[in-house]
Amino acid sequence: MSIQVNNLSKKYGHQLALDSISFSIPSGEVVGFLGPNGAGKSTTMKILTGYIPASSGDASVCGLDLAEQSLEVRKLVGYLPEHNPLYLDMYISEYLLFAAGIAGVKNTKKALEMAIELTQLGPERNKKIGQLSKGYRQRVGLAQALIHDPKVLILDEPTSGLDPNQVVEIRNVIKNLGSEKTVLLSTHIMQEVEAMCNRVILINKGKIIADNTLEGLKETAPSDSLETIFRNLTSHVGSI
Amino acid sequence: MWEVFKKEIRSFLGSFIAYIVMGVFLAITGLFMWIIKGNNVLDLGVASLQVMFNIAPYILIFLVSAITMRSLSEERRLGTIEILTTRPVSDLSILMGKYLAAVALIVFTLLPTLFYYYTIQQLADPLQGTDAGATWGSYFGLILLAASYASIGLFASSLTDNQIVSLIISMVLCFFWFGVLSLLGDIKALDAIGKSLEWFSLDFHYQSISRGVLDTRDVIYFFGFIATFLGATKMAFESRKW
Repeated sequence: MSIQVNNLSKKYGHQLALDSISFSIPSGEVVGFLGPNGAGKSTTMKILTGYIPASSGDASVCGLDLAEQSLEVRKLVGYLPEHNPLYLDMYISEYLLFAAGIAGVKNTKKALEMAIELTQLGPERNKKIGQLSKGYRQRVGLAQALIHDPKVLILDEPTSGLDPNQVVEIRNVIKNLGSEKTVLLSTHIMQEVEAMCNRVILINKGKIIADNTLEGLKETAPSDSLETIFRNLTSHVGSI
Repeated sequence: MWEVFKKEIRSFLGSFIAYIVMGVFLAITGLFMWIIKGNNVLDLGVASLQVMFNIAPYILIFLVSAITMRSLSEERRLGTIEILTTRPVSDLSILMGKYLAAVALIVFTLLPTLFYYYTIQQLADPLQGTDAGATWGSYFGLILLAASYASIGLFASSLTDNQIVSLIISMVLCFFWFGVLSLLGDIKALDAIGKSLEWFSLDFHYQSISRGVLDTRDVIYFFGFIATFLGATKMAFESRKW
């Protein structure tokens, strides 16, 4: 299993953000992590990348325990946080070389070329990040996440705020990556999942309410569109 | 750690902060040493850098705080802290990379003042020369002092995502530990309490090292001070995990 999560809970003060969720993702799968805002998607991702610890439960990535082998796990995981944070005053290649170095890559030049090719940043590579359009910034964020050739990619809303053309481009990039990596990406857009994922994990109010392949999810209500299924599931918790 | 160190140095040099800090430091110390009437070197007629070593701690309060004000608060404001802390580097090595970069920049700022020392050596009475022990002691003390300021500054920047707030907290804390505590020793009413509080001030140990006698107690004090503030920084930095 690439990602294994057992009874994971997270409390922020008195607020329960994650309520004992469990799932596992075999390697090579592209999984859409779906749910309304505030459902606990980002919290799960922050725990899986080691940014914050879980309140209870455990998780492992590629067989390594998250709490005990945190640094080892981080070598295997590429992470694009929500809102894609970047140093706007750095040049693209400068930033990616830094990202490679800090990820422990030995041959940073080679990693830079690989990441630039995968994300098709070539034409803009000599610009400052602050000068880039949103679509290209998103590519820099993706390039940062995959610069150390991680086994697992965790992408928090990788296409939010992009125009339709850029969305399609980023989707293609992720789809290509999915052929050799395990990808967990969050979104609240249904078409997104249809375009990229093999499997959907639906989460609402900190609980998993559906974990199925795309086809399986469609079969639960053959006459409805995915949007309707999503709305039915997230507005009537417990009906399934 | 060195990756973070290199990135910090680059961002100093790219953002002009480094040049402003160096320029301001050299301009102010230069003015007081050679030009402003009253107790400049030429008026006093004493071949020593004492004038510079007396005002440098106050200039450095501002400059060191300006260097460190963005180091953690900017990462928090941009959200890049989430990328940094999810890479295979420990929180401590991120902090040390940033801390050492600030100290390196300060040492680099002090280097050109060696030219003042050369000038004074040339002006000094050839028979008596200059007091080398006191000068090198003072340089050593000044670097330790600035390194202590840097640990305060890093701590301040770990508390907030606002650079200005970070700058002000840092300056107030630096001034408290350098100036306020040492003034307490002069208050007669406080008597022995004031004297023992004075022992905790940065100024007390700075003055002590400046005499040119290297007392291990002073060095231990400075390293302890720096370690304490870096420890507090680490705690604040990891508050997300609470």
